[in-house]
This record gives sequence, C-alpha cells and structure tokens, in this order.
Amino acid sequence: MSGTSTIPDPGLEDATRSEASLRRFLHGLPGVDQVGAEARAAGLGTRSIKTSAKEFALDLAIRMVDLTTLEGQDTPGKVRALASKAMRPDPADPSCPSVAAVCVYPDMVATVKDTLGAAGGASGVHVAAVATAFPSGRAALDVKLADTRDAVEAGADEIDMVIDRGAFLSGRYQQVFDEIVATKRACARPSGDDAHLKVILETGELQTYDNVRRASWLAMMAGADFIKTSTGKVQPAATLPVTMIMLEAVRDFREQTGQMVGVKPAGGIRTAKDAIKYLVTVNEVAGQDWLDPDWFRFGASTLLNDLLMQRTKMRTGRYSGPDYFTLD
Amino acid sequence: MSRIDVRKTYKLYIGGAFPRSESGHSYEVADSKGKFVANAALASRKDARDAVVAARKAFAGWSGRTAYNRAQILYRVAEVMEDRRPQFVQATQQSEGLSAGKADKVVDEAIDRLVWYAGWADKVTQVVGNANPVGGPFFNLSTPEPTGVVAVLAPQASSLLGLVSVVAPAIVTGNTVVVVSSYERPLPAVTFSEVLATSDVPGGVVNILTGSAATIAPWLAAHMDVNAIDLTGVAGETALATELEVAAADNLKRVRRAPATEPDWTLDPGLEPITAFLEIKTVWHPIGV
Amino acid sequence: MGFEYAPAPESRSIVDIKPSYGLFVNGEFVDGHGKSFKTISPATEEVLAEVAEADESDVDAAVKAARRAYEKVWGPMPGRERAKYLYRIARIIQERSRELAVLESLDNGKPIKESRDVDVPTVAAHFFYYAGWADKLEYAGRGADPRPLGVAGQVIPWNFPLLMLAWKIAPALACGNTVVLKPAETTPLTALLFAEICQQADLPPGVVNIVTGAGATGQALVGHAGVDKVAFTGSTEVGKAIARAVAGTDKKVTLELGGKAANVVFDDAPLDQAVEGIVNGIFFNQGHVCCAGSRLLVQESVADELLAKLKRRMSTLRVGDPLDKNTDIGAINSAEQLAKIRDLSEIGESEGAGRWSPACDLPTTGFWFPPTLFTGVSQAHRIAREEIFGPVLSVLTFRTPSEAVEKANNTPYGLSAGVWTEKGSRILSMANQLRAGVVWANTFNKFDPTSPFGGFKESGYGREGGRHGLEAYLK
Repeated sequence: MSGTSTIPDPGLEDATRSEASLRRFLHGLPGVDQVGAEARAAGLGTRSIKTSAKEFALDLAIRMVDLTTLEGQDTPGKVRALASKAMRPDPADPSCPSVAAVCVYPDMVATVKDTLGAAGGASGVHVAAVATAFPSGRAALDVKLADTRDAVEAGADEIDMVIDRGAFLSGRYQQVFDEIVATKRACARPSGDDAHLKVILETGELQTYDNVRRASWLAMMAGADFIKTSTGKVQPAATLPVTMIMLEAVRDFREQTGQMVGVKPAGGIRTAKDAIKYLVTVNEVAGQDWLDPDWFRFGASTLLNDLLMQRTKMRTGRYSGPDYFTLD
Repeated sequence: MSRIDVRKTYKLYIGGAFPRSESGHSYEVADSKGKFVANAALASRKDARDAVVAARKAFAGWSGRTAYNRAQILYRVAEVMEDRRPQFVQATQQSEGLSAGKADKVVDEAIDRLVWYAGWADKVTQVVGNANPVGGPFFNLSTPEPTGVVAVLAPQASSLLGLVSVVAPAIVTGNTVVVVSSYERPLPAVTFSEVLATSDVPGGVVNILTGSAATIAPWLAAHMDVNAIDLTGVAGETALATELEVAAADNLKRVRRAPATEPDWTLDPGLEPITAFLEIKTVWHPIGV
Repeated sequence: MGFEYAPAPESRSIVDIKPSYGLFVNGEFVDGHGKSFKTISPATEEVLAEVAEADESDVDAAVKAARRAYEKVWGPMPGRERAKYLYRIARIIQERSRELAVLESLDNGKPIKESRDVDVPTVAAHFFYYAGWADKLEYAGRGADPRPLGVAGQVIPWNFPLLMLAWKIAPALACGNTVVLKPAETTPLTALLFAEICQQADLPPGVVNIVTGAGATGQALVGHAGVDKVAFTGSTEVGKAIARAVAGTDKKVTLELGGKAANVVFDDAPLDQAVEGIVNGIFFNQGHVCCAGSRLLVQESVADELLAKLKRRMSTLRVGDPLDKNTDIGAINSAEQLAKIRDLSEIGESEGAGRWSPACDLPTTGFWFPPTLFTGVSQAHRIAREEIFGPVLSVLTFRTPSEAVEKANNTPYGLSAGVWTEKGSRILSMANQLRAGVVWANTFNKFDPTSPFGGFKESGYGREGGRHGLEAYLK
C-alpha cells in the first residue's frame, strides 16, 4: 500500500493497511437510517433564529462563504470583481465582514491573488482552487496531481479536490484513499505553508447516506482538512441531511482521533434562511467549535447577496432589494 | 354370571398428563336420568394453578408454530375424534340425554366445527390484520397475535359441541387454555382430552379441569398469569359472572362475557370467538435506502 | 462566542381565553351544578380560566342529550351526511390550527413546536380519516350492516388533550354514536374550544357533549346507566377501577393505559438515529406519553458509545417556555405530576442508580424537571418497573437477543417497544417476540390515524386508530 495517513489513532492506522481492512472498517461504521436522518435534519431546520441570534448568524455566515465562480465563461475581469466583492461584500457598510475565500479554477488563482494583494492583502480572504480534473475527476492521477501543483504554485491557499466516485462506487476504496493522500502531498510547499485540502465527495453521486458517511471517513483518514459535499455541478448538491451526516462524521472523528476536520456544503444554498439552518445544524450536531470559518464554509455565490440583504434588514429595520447589492 | 365391567377413573388433563386432583377429591357423575356413571376428579385451586403453569409453559412453543402447523394439528384432532366417534356419541348421549340420532348429529357438528376452526389458523391474520397507509415513509403492518393463557369456562349444557366451540377458537391462533368443563356433564370433556393427548397437540396447550366453575373460576379470574377469561360457562349466573369480571380486572384480563343463556351452538359462530382472544400488534419501519 | 438562540415566542394573542367556561351540553354552554375549578398554565402557574365542574345531574343531562341526539338525529342520519360533518370539523381544525396549538401549549405546558407540528395536524388528520369511514362501514369487515352502540362515555388524559379527544370522538361519531366526553381536570380548554368548533360546524345538538371535572365527574359518566360504551385513556390504576365498575353490565369498553416500553438498541444499530429515537421516545412531550420508551435496553458492546452520544444530544435539549418555538421540553403538566417524577427519581438514586442530567437552567415559577437518565439500572429497580410519566430514562444493558426480549417483556405492561438494528431478519424476530401493541423498528413514537394503537396485558384493551379502531364503536 502506498499511502499512509498521519492519523494518531492506531486503530485507524490498522484500518488503512489494506483494501480489505479499509472495506471492513468503512462497512463497519454504524449505518444511517435515511428516514430518521432526514427527520432529524428537518427538525433542526425548524429552529427559529431571531434578533440578536440572527445578527450573529448572518455575520458568521458571511465570514464562512467561499465565494465561488466555476464557469467556462469566467474571465479575469469577472474574477477580479468577485475578489473585490469578497473583501468588501457590502461597500455601503464597512462593518460588514469579508468572506472566507474566493473559489476559482486553477488558472484564475493568480488573478485572485493579484486583486487581493492589490488591496493590501489584509482582508484575510483566502484563495481556493478546485483541482484534480474538477468536476468529474475523470483523468489520470498524474494529470490530477499536476493540476493540483499548478494551483499550489500559483498561490492557492486551499485546494478543493474531487474524489473518484467511480472508484468509490465500485468499491475500490484503496484507490480513492491513495489519490487523496497523493493530492495532499501535492498540496505541500517547501515553506511548510501547505495548502489546505478540501475533499469533495460529490454526495449527489454517492446516493446513500451510508456512502456519505463512509466517504467522509475515508477522506478524513487520508488526511483531508475539510470534507465538502459537492462540486455544484451535480444535482442534488448540498442538502441539510447530507451536511448533517458529514458533521456527525467530523464530530465522531475528533472523538476518536482528537483531530478536527472542517465541513463545507456547496451548491444549492441560496438564502440566508437556509444558511442559518446549516449553522443551527453545525451548532447542535458538531458543536460550537465548528462555528468558525476555519471549520465550516459555504460554497456559494448567490447566497452572499441574500445574506447581505437580510443583514441590511436587521440593521435598518426595512426590507432591502437586489438593486442595492452588487451582482458579482 | 355376568362379567364385572372395568370402570374407568376419570382424571384431569394438565400439561399433557392425566393427574388426579391434588386434593384427592372426586365427585359422582350421573347420566341425564340421574344414574351413576362414574367418578370424576374434582379440580381444586391448586390444580388450576398447576394448569396455568402448564399453559404458560406451552404458550411460547404453541404460538411460535406456523399457522399451517396449528391447522394441521387441529385437523388431526378432528380426525382422531372421527375415529373415536362411537365413544363421543355415547358420552354425549349419556351426558345430555340425547337420542342416538341427535347425539350423532352433535358429534358431527363438533367434528365439523373443529375442521372449520382448523382452517382459520392460516387465514385469520389475513382477515383481521392489514397494512396501514400511514402518512409518511413507513412500512406499517397490523397483525393479530394470541393473547396468551386463556381461562375457558366451558358451557354447562352443551358438553361436547359447546366445549369444542370455545376451546378451538382460542387455541387455533396460538393461545393456550385452561378449561373448566361442564360440572354435571364432564365426561365428553374427559374423552376429548384423551383425543388431544393422542393427536399431536403439545402438552399444556389445552388443560382440562373437571369440577365446579364456581369454585375454580374465581382463582383463575384472579390469577395474575392468566391473560383472558371466557365466561361462557357461567351463562345466566349474573352474580358469579360479575364477581369473576371484577376479579379479572386485577390484571386487566380480556373478558368474554357470559351470555344471559347458553347460545345455540349449531349456529355459525362467526369470527368473534377467535378475535376475542387476539391482540393487534402494529409494526412500523422506515422506508429508505 | 456561542450561538445563543434568542427567544422566539409564538404570539398568544391568537387565543381568546374567557374568564370562565360552562359545560357543553346539547349544543350549548350551560352552567354546571358543581363547584368550579381553575385551570392554570403549568409553565407560569398563571390562572387561565375558571371551569365548571360537572356533578352527577350535569352528567345525567349530558347523557340524556346524547341519547336524544343518537335516537332522533345522529343514529338515523345516513353515513355520508355524518361524514360531511366530520370533514367540516377537520377543516375547521386546520383553519384554527394555530389557535388550537397555542391554547394547547398554554394549558398543557407542551412545547409549541409539538402542539403545532404533531398534536394539531394529527387531530385534523384523525377527523379526516374517520370522516371517510362514516359511509363505508359495511366494508370494514364487520358484517354487512354494522350498527353503532349508542352513547359513548369517554374520559381522556391531560398529556395529549386534543389528540386524545380526536381519537375518541372521531371514530365514535363516524360509526353513528353520540358522545359525552370528559377532558382531564388540568387541561380542559382545548376540549371547550372544540365544543365551539362543533357549534361552528353546525353539528346537531347533543351529538358531542363535553363535561369538565375531576375523578368524580369521570366516575359519574362511566357509571351512568345510559352509557353504552366506555372509552378511557389514562392510568392503569383508574383503568382497572373502570373495568370493575362496568363488570356485569353490557357496556363495551376500551382502555388505553400505562406503559413501560423498552427501546432495544443492538450493536449494529444506526446509532445516530437510535439516539434521536431514544430522545424522541422519552423526552417528547416531557415524557408524558403512555408509550414512552422509558427503558433503554442497549447491547453492552455499544453501551458506552451510545451513552456518550446520548448525553451529548441531551445537552442540546432546550427546556423552557412552551410557547418559545425553540423549546424542546416544556413544563411538567401539574405540581402533582412533578412531585411524582421527583419522588421516583429520588427512589432511583437511593436504589443506587446513577443519575445524570445536562446542565440546564429551569424557570423559577411553574413546574419543571430536567431531562434525566439513570445508568446502572436493573430490572429490580422501581424506576425500571413503574411508569414515571416524565422525562426520565432508565438505562439497562443486555448481551444477547434473547436476554433483550426477556427483559423487554418482563413488565406487566405491553403498550409499545422499540428495536434498533440494521439486520432485517432480527427486526422481524424481535417484533414477533415483543409483547406489545406497537413495535417501532428503527423509529419511535410515530402515530397515524390509519395505524391502530393499543396495548397488550395491563396496558389495556381495544385499539384506537385505523380500521381496527372502528371495532370499539360498532356491534
């Protein structure tokens, strides 16, 4: 076996020793009952977040956004505008926090770096790049790794990789594991300032919550810094129950290993109301430690404007409209 | 010189064996004209207690059998009765004072009734249970299960057809029973117990006590390990029936109340004698992937 | 900084509580001849209203009104006409659902999210379901011409005041019976609002009569010679008294009584959902649920892991104002019930079980009890045998399936049970062996109008809900 994880837990070290042990481990995880899991998520979704709690949640959600554009039609101009918005989401209100990161294809990393750097680089906004033949992951490993190294060399702080869902669904867990380990290595910099690795499970293709739980553990054991639901290119993308299952996984992983792993739902979260449901879920399932942009992100684009509109409503007492926020 | 006949000693039927009453008491049984026929064991409260223990012990096995198997066994009882019909005809004639022709008919009815009930074993679940279309992603199925140990006070007048008509519906679904036979006409019940003992019915499924319902039934009605009681045998005895129903409330026994008078046993009994000793169990399970 | 949820109270302005209420007899609100009593909000001890106590003469008047309505109007009415009245009632319940939910939470103390999302929608669904049976009774498998019984005397508890009313009234009316219903002493208000709904629906006078009061009123109703059918939901103790009271009569009886359900968790269970099921099983409605999963039976090999998860989950439960939309556990219904829960919990401690509750601030007025679990409980402990009817879970362990069955069934009750395992054949085997009227496998505390509910053994007899629920009101 080629890959080794850096997991301190000897039990997990055993689990990753061979294809067979990996399979036994993943299939030995407690099952997920779909109906029960969805009922629990729906219950969390009924929490009513008002006044001071809502203000707190809206600002936190803004700080957690990975402002994303992943289109064939992306241009440097579009990306620069997005990066500017990331730093100052609400130009009318300097108290509005900046978002967590800008998420782009590898070839746009330099453009984002320039824009952020030109502003003095004090915003704290990170650059995230999707890599590994995003979104399908259908390429040879050396291509995927080259893709990753390109982005790292261009200055990406974070790499959003995709797993090989075909390999996962056909039970070749070792292959998926090894690719994550290899990508993690490709995130390394000589300076030691390694790019953080987000592992996209593409839960819409994994289909079952049992698979989501197994893929989450597989990614964490292989060294993921974050586990992410979706590319945004497959429906369904992020859902509350899927995110809840992943939050349970990171919670249980810390319980077992002491290591914290972040969670990023991406795709389909468009309203502040939805975002708040996710934060409630983070709070009650994984716990307060995850209520931080270092440990929870939203992969989104249109979400930001709704968060801003709701934030303005909270502060001015009247409903806002889309004309008052930038379209980028 | 005429031959001295060998007189039979009539005993109780408990747990598949034929013990005498632990009290050592017996009573004289006369035919319908008052002529001495035999001595029957006079069951005591301790016999009732032993019978309940035997019935409880047999319950898991009997209720755990397949419905098909219980059907086969009840049908087997009918076969063996058919085999011994002269004995039943004689016992019924003696007990109930019927003409040979009428007694013959009663035995026909009793055997046919057993056959009828035998067939219910693997159908009652389909008729009484059902799937429920709940408003959510759940499989939901209601099925009948036997209540448990049932005390059956058998009819006083109809000593064979009436007896079969209260015992068969209780056991066909998996209940086990402690039967108090007709006091004055116990002999068909004793003969029936001999049939049961030789026809694959596991010991303890049916326990038959000969004796007085007024004496034994209060102990059964108050017994905390009896789940239900059929008061048919005290038809018309309002005060006793009420007393028994009150005692039965101690552990909330299911009570099949005593009718004002003993019913016409030749009528179609319907499903009520079966459903009286069934519990509906509903099982839920989520439907998901 | 933590994510503290700000209060999110549901407005109570939607309900209009009158200072005093009479009895609902023959379609009108009338004064009772007994004393009146106060009903309070258990969350604040605030007096909500004065309510008439029905004495024997009031009960008699109600039964007579029901008899008249049965003979003259409701009994002879074609089923399809009865159905339309029931549909009408169902619709009005939906229209007034928020009002009913707020009133229920005020009077009972249960969280608004439960009254809003569970109780009231299920009440409307129950009327809808049985409405449809009214003109189809000949297809119910009870013969070609099933007949109503007459006047039903119904006595219901305080844990689900409106839902238990629906369970009683909907099938009774669908089958052509008329009713006299006595709501619990501590929770009469939604039944009285339901009486208004009957007026709003133009239900003929006397078809539904509501007599408020305490035990004596219930006794007068159950014992009334003009009652053909007695339906009771409540304690096993009172259920036995009713069974004795009706002995020797022709009254048909159904009893839904107590329980001490086992919730059995195997080591291959979907653990996170099992935790939810355990929490829902014992903390739903403050544990004031006859079918509550009050005994957790967990396989030893997974006990520590499950308990850790359970405790963490319990720490997120929010106890407090029933009208706050984020409240998970509301107020204990009465001072009397609170005292009982406290007593049994203290007995649990003194018998050596380990008591644990998450840190939680309880309001200073009103009746409150924190979610509590006891570990190291054995079958001999009183908290493993007696129904506590509060948010108190006893945790026991087992090693093998047969031990689980033995322990689960080792109780005089037999209302419900839970099984958690991913192995299908084991679910079916357990479901076969558990002596309980409802078995929830990989779920718990689910209710539906189409699904019969009721117990084995001392949990009572008869079924409510579904096709089986018709049997209680037909001959």
